[in-house]
Amino acid sequence: MAWDLDADRPIYAQLVERIQMQIISGYYPPGGRLPSVRELAATAAVNPNTMQKAFAELEKNGLIITQRTNGRTVTEDEELIKSVKAGLAKELIDTFFEKMKELGCTEKEAVELLKNASEAG
Amino acid sequence: MNELVEIVGLTKAYDANHVAVNNISLTLPRGRIIGLLGPNGSGKTTLIKMLNGLLTPSRGDIRINGQLVGPLTKAHVAYLPDRTYLSGNQKIQDILDYFADFYSDFSVEKAKEMLSNLNIDTTSRMRTLSKGTKEKVQLILVMSRNADLYVLDEPIAGVDPAARDYILRTIINNYNPEATVIISTHLIGDIEQVLDEVIFMRYGQLVLYTSVDNIREQHGKSVDAYFREVFAC
Repeated sequence: MAWDLDADRPIYAQLVERIQMQIISGYYPPGGRLPSVRELAATAAVNPNTMQKAFAELEKNGLIITQRTNGRTVTEDEELIKSVKAGLAKELIDTFFEKMKELGCTEKEAVELLKNASEAG
Repeated sequence: MNELVEIVGLTKAYDANHVAVNNISLTLPRGRIIGLLGPNGSGKTTLIKMLNGLLTPSRGDIRINGQLVGPLTKAHVAYLPDRTYLSGNQKIQDILDYFADFYSDFSVEKAKEMLSNLNIDTTSRMRTLSKGTKEKVQLILVMSRNADLYVLDEPIAGVDPAARDYILRTIINNYNPEATVIISTHLIGDIEQVLDEVIFMRYGQLVLYTSVDNIREQHGKSVDAYFREVFAC
């Protein structure tokens, strides 16, 4: 299945987000092997150079480690994965508050509504 | 040497009033998948024919691997024309033999494997195949060559979405860091995530040569949307 990507944002950034998500969710577990650039590019139906660029970005922030003999693996540093997760969660929360503000809700009201919604299941 | 194609001051004038390609200079590296985009009549096919040595430039020149386009470069350029040159009477297996005779870089095994993956019977004659299957067969023939440059003129025009998907996947799966693929098309939206870079042409001139992600980053829109804006009538 080709990955569903937004048409108006850089492709490589979306690949980074997507793989990051798969690491956080445990689809690719800590220390687990990743497919090759070529394989993953074929799966996603994207350009292999763009996938390479996404991998390079993930290597830079430490989520992916390239081993000379063993291809690429996910980091075993679970703290790092947790901190990336916390960062993404913070972004989502900020977006939520921003949107609620546009609706005219104060932060307190927004939290109240969130709590009600969560309790209502 | 990383530069694969070097185009300098390239011009093709059919007569004084019909300048199809007007003074284009362009250098293309290896290992890229490049979209050649432009409205009808912008000179895409004329440029492609000059890359393949099927038309002679009026001025300027093209070098591939440092060699001027000619019989020697043809051995390293795989070309999918916008109209077929295969006879409807030919059986696929005869065409495979023909390609193997003609091109020393053609792999019959690779072509057969790709055909069998699609359950295409090599004893069929070309004219018995559907339009989509014909396109696939021709793409397989071209991609089964181990060329330096692949030039695909409208490979996805007029085929259904599933066939289009197959064609794009085939291009990705055959990616070779030493070779470059040029794809001319109008259907930008369907293919832009497969491309590294795009070349925009208009009135025979080069308008833009940049990466897909550059356009998305700078303009916050897809190449397709940006193209419509640049070429709005």
